Amino acid sequence: MGKCVGLKTRVLKERAASALADRELKLLLAGLVSVLKVAGRFSERVRSLMRQEDFTLQITLADQSIARWYRFTGGRLTSKAGLAPEPEATLIINDSRTALSIMVPWRSYLDQIHAMKNFCMDFTGEDRFVMHFLGIASEAQECRYTYGEKMPDGSTRYVNNTNGGAVYVYVRDGRILRITNIDLTEDDAPGWTIEARGRSFTPPRRTTLVSYTQALKSTVYSKDRLLYPMKRVDFDPDGERNPQNRGVSGYVRISWDEALDLVAKEIMRVKRTHGPGAILNSTGSHHTWGNIGYYLSARLRFFNMIGTTYVAHNPDSWEGWYWGAMHHWGNSLRLGMPDGYGTVEDCLKHCEMIVFWSSDPEATHGIYAAQEGTVRRRWAKELGITCVHIDPFYNHTAAYMGGKWLAPRPATGNALALAIAYVWISESLYDTWFVENRTTGFGQWRDYVLGKEDGIPKTPEWQEGESGIPAREVRALAREWASRRTYLSCGGRSGFGSACRDATGIEWARAMVYLMAMQGIGKPGVNVGNLQTGTPVDTHFFFPGYAEGGMSGDLNGTGLAQNLYQKMPQVLTMNTVQQTVPRLQVPEAIMEGKALGYPMDGRTLEAQFRPVPFPAPGYSRIRMYYKYGGSHIGTMVESNRYARMYQDESLEFVANQSIWFEGEAKFADVILPACTNFERWDISETVSCSGYSTHSFLQSNYRLITMQHKCIEPLGESKSDFEIFSLLASRLGMGSYFSEGSTELGWCKRLFDGTDLPRHISFKEFLKKGYYVVPAPPPKKRDPVSWRWYYEGRPKDLPEVSPLPSDYTGLWRHGLQTQSGKIEFVSSSLKRFAPDDPERPPMSKYIPSWEGHRSEAYKTYPLQLISPHNRYSFHTMMDGKDSTINDIKDHRVLIDGWYYWIVRMNPEDAATRGLRHGALVEMYNDRGSVILCLHVTERVPPGVVHSYESSAVYAPLGAPGNSPDRGGCVNILTPKRPIIKHSHSMACNSALVEIRPWPRETQP
Amino acid sequence: MKKWNLIVDVANCTNCNNCFMADKDEYDGNTFPGYTFPQPRHGHRWIDIHRRERGSGSLMDVAYLPTMCNQCDDAPCIAAATNNAVYKREDGIVMIDPVRAKDQNQLVEACPYGHIWWNEEHRVPQKWFFDAHLLDMGWSGPRCVQVCASGCLSAARLEDEEMQAKAAAEKLEVLKPDLGTRPRVWYKNLFRFTREHIAGSVATVIAGHEEVCAGASVTLLKNGAKIAGQSTDFFGDFKFDDLTSGSGAYSMHVQWRDLTGGAAVELAGSVNLGVIMLAGNGK
Repeated sequence: MGKCVGLKTRVLKERAASALADRELKLLLAGLVSVLKVAGRFSERVRSLMRQEDFTLQITLADQSIARWYRFTGGRLTSKAGLAPEPEATLIINDSRTALSIMVPWRSYLDQIHAMKNFCMDFTGEDRFVMHFLGIASEAQECRYTYGEKMPDGSTRYVNNTNGGAVYVYVRDGRILRITNIDLTEDDAPGWTIEARGRSFTPPRRTTLVSYTQALKSTVYSKDRLLYPMKRVDFDPDGERNPQNRGVSGYVRISWDEALDLVAKEIMRVKRTHGPGAILNSTGSHHTWGNIGYYLSARLRFFNMIGTTYVAHNPDSWEGWYWGAMHHWGNSLRLGMPDGYGTVEDCLKHCEMIVFWSSDPEATHGIYAAQEGTVRRRWAKELGITCVHIDPFYNHTAAYMGGKWLAPRPATGNALALAIAYVWISESLYDTWFVENRTTGFGQWRDYVLGKEDGIPKTPEWQEGESGIPAREVRALAREWASRRTYLSCGGRSGFGSACRDATGIEWARAMVYLMAMQGIGKPGVNVGNLQTGTPVDTHFFFPGYAEGGMSGDLNGTGLAQNLYQKMPQVLTMNTVQQTVPRLQVPEAIMEGKALGYPMDGRTLEAQFRPVPFPAPGYSRIRMYYKYGGSHIGTMVESNRYARMYQDESLEFVANQSIWFEGEAKFADVILPACTNFERWDISETVSCSGYSTHSFLQSNYRLITMQHKCIEPLGESKSDFEIFSLLASRLGMGSYFSEGSTELGWCKRLFDGTDLPRHISFKEFLKKGYYVVPAPPPKKRDPVSWRWYYEGRPKDLPEVSPLPSDYTGLWRHGLQTQSGKIEFVSSSLKRFAPDDPERPPMSKYIPSWEGHRSEAYKTYPLQLISPHNRYSFHTMMDGKDSTINDIKDHRVLIDGWYYWIVRMNPEDAATRGLRHGALVEMYNDRGSVILCLHVTERVPPGVVHSYESSAVYAPLGAPGNSPDRGGCVNILTPKRPIIKHSHSMACNSALVEIRPWPRETQP
Repeated sequence: MKKWNLIVDVANCTNCNNCFMADKDEYDGNTFPGYTFPQPRHGHRWIDIHRRERGSGSLMDVAYLPTMCNQCDDAPCIAAATNNAVYKREDGIVMIDPVRAKDQNQLVEACPYGHIWWNEEHRVPQKWFFDAHLLDMGWSGPRCVQVCASGCLSAARLEDEEMQAKAAAEKLEVLKPDLGTRPRVWYKNLFRFTREHIAGSVATVIAGHEEVCAGASVTLLKNGAKIAGQSTDFFGDFKFDDLTSGSGAYSMHVQWRDLTGGAAVELAGSVNLGVIMLAGNGK
């Protein structure tokens, strides 16, 4: 009886609640009309959206018990309760309580997604009208936001972010006036202070920039900007497609409708004709900046939704660390590189010498870190820390820091490392306690070094024959290194770049691990680093880096699973195409229909051993290429291949979405013009990557999180990537799935809500001011120093979940990721995988470069070209584009009206060839030729030439892919051969070339 | 009256080009009435960075010298201008009036530092003017200083006497002092760019192996008289710096343990003497 009454009460209560919800929903639906009308009076943007389309949208409960339609005619809104006769679209919601929870501005996105996933929310009719209606509704809310600061001269100062520092953007009359770095104010959190050797060091109260960030305005207002959609003149999707003319024919302007219809139609045609996997997509790795519009966010969401064969990246800047070093000390989640926590303080306090080995942080800025590290290296200079520089190029860090320069022949670094080890072993100058207790396999290595295995003692004299460095200097360096507390700076940040990207890069990176093991890494003043990373900022404050995937919904292809998936609820997207093309073999995949890759997958040491053949069983060859941007000819190896592949008959359609008309964009059938991040909304932190570069903001002096204001309207008819993908998705009926009904700004708010920011600053204030400085923790709460726990034999105490728990072989957090839990001179993982691989034996050995001074080709091409990461552009970003960067004397040189790329050569080599400083030269080998401006300099030794990688300009003088390029894409000359067979890697710093004069009258 | 000065520390210029780019950013496409017409996007170098490589091999060095309008107190351009087109502000900044200076291309030649540029589109001479339009709005310094990350550039607003005292205390120099133009741009560590070094390495053979001689005593002599002395570093290297270009013959005397050696050089430009091999069996 009691039960029955209880049930009745509950039923009655439910009914009452439902009835109340019904009444509230009716009011809400009616109220929406006045909200939109008021917003329309207030905001031109709302009015223009309302004028854009004539349509009727109705919202109804699933049982049609409550319904209301909204009709837009010529910008006027009429509305009435009930069902409309012929609405263009109908939004259907299961019940009024669901409707109430998701139709209010303070809705929980978890509720909304839950409703969507369980079909408590659906629509019929045309997706684009649903999208447009939601757009008007969002704008009605967002038009009330205020942001930016009015300046005395009538301009408004906004905030934005870049891949080289956070910036203020001054805008007047809708045009960017200037872009500057940000001076912090008293309202911002104070900086940290490091007490070292009787001095106090605090970073200056401002953000830093690099040349190419400072030049961004000129790339926004560039004559190379794509301002409207274009179609290749001789491309007819219904007739002759003329693929042989890609890269040759010109373009004609078309409307967005035509362009989007054409691309959407091709997506469906290609899938229907050829089956899954026929669409290939790729992008460059450093496309503008932000968490929403970035390449690992909106792009992945769209391409996952249509089903795509992705171009799988090689570990481009990590190579030797990924394929080599990680098998000896773990760190797979950092692709084999060390972490660097706490090293700025440790280095300033305790280090006496820094050995920069293929390391130029003043040129490469770690990654994304502008010149944050420069002031810290200045402090090292002031403290009198000795520097030594090992690099075939007298690099910019060497020039700044001073100190001895040792220039080994390219790709002979591990001979030098072996000889250093020889001195340490034969003179007992290494940390025997550490080697005995913290490493395995040393005996075998020692025997190899001493020549017991192959009869060749790896003496300093022996290495002189390989590297060219005098034996006495190697002995001097080895002794000094062992007798002083020494940091090894092996690579740009600590890892990255240069020597790890040459033909012996794997052996070099492994040798670096060995040397650090022999000196007891983790002792005070003994570590890997160069003051580029490891500042004492707060690692416990959560804000995601771009590699956490933003709005991608992609748990496989991004670091979304790290944090953001729980923190910013979003509908999962999953690419159903289980096929990839290795990036370094895109041409072979397209032209020959065959390729073989190995994964860049840092979850564990063994992931890289799995071959990934193309095509995957049952999938189509590539018939359509949707390329983002135009970077590959400048950045991939032997890159004439990338020009040639576009003309292949098998490639039926090429779309390119790009901000600038450059590089591969000139090979597309249809070009979709995108805008820069100054013309759209986004949200981000300076320098922050997450993913394989967790806590990369440790390069920052201040953790600075920015609202990337939409500073100006998109130029011409260009659109944000988010909008382009939205519109395309809409044509495929998936617009509302793509956007989840949120605008770009709405997504920024959703991301903001998922971070630790709301605990400290309201969205309103953050939006208005544009940035927030995360306070640095007090000294006692600073992170410990990298490797100290390991040296002292404690559980790992660093704030990273690496390695993953299952990769420990003992207690969780005890030991390293290797099978033994120790640094392994002889790698267990390599022994398991391929114990007899002569290219990558389980223990590092001296393996001469396959494109070096002992190669057959050396007789014809006696110059060794190194092409490191560029200083004045970020890969192809900011180069070309009529950018002011082109005026930097060490970037490009203007000759007869053309900005030529630079190659640097020793005076001796120039004299032999009769070449003068400033002359035009042709650098060539069997792979192709590039026309360059010659700089004669002592900064490279005889036999070595230096020219940066990543020209954005590809300007073939004849047939694309088969003629000299005067744009400066020196990667035309680098080998396509991987460093070792069992890898997807590139040796772009190993290329044999010759240089000859180029007659100026040959210019067109 | 406090006036503006710019201080450039040559030892701290990394050639990052931020100053050059910031200047282009400020003026490319922007007109500031009363101050300037836009700077052409390409070609002008209101702030210019010069590179100087010295010596060779493992002991070479490279220095960079940022130059710009010196805001001279006795500016040749003011004298060369007609119609009062160039004038000195009370705060020390030299201004070219963009309207009055129209067609006055003689000003380009008038600057002994080569820092007036011709704008063909607007037919006016142009140069760096300390971003006076920003200072007049209350900015704390010019943009090149704001964006300099290495601390190479700093702006100082001082009384002339204070600046003179600072220049003396910090050994600041100006470019081409002999012209008497009295620049307001000051240089620290200018020797890194304008003067020369003599460098070399000391080594010997011990037990059949070449070894560096660390801690060797190296004496630099001119006309037989000692002018400087150094102890070699752990690579056995020495480097005597701040020597005058083309200053004639120098000799070096080297002593390491009981071994001695020497070298001589006619100093044209900076030089790496290579290895001074000390004969005999050093102990």
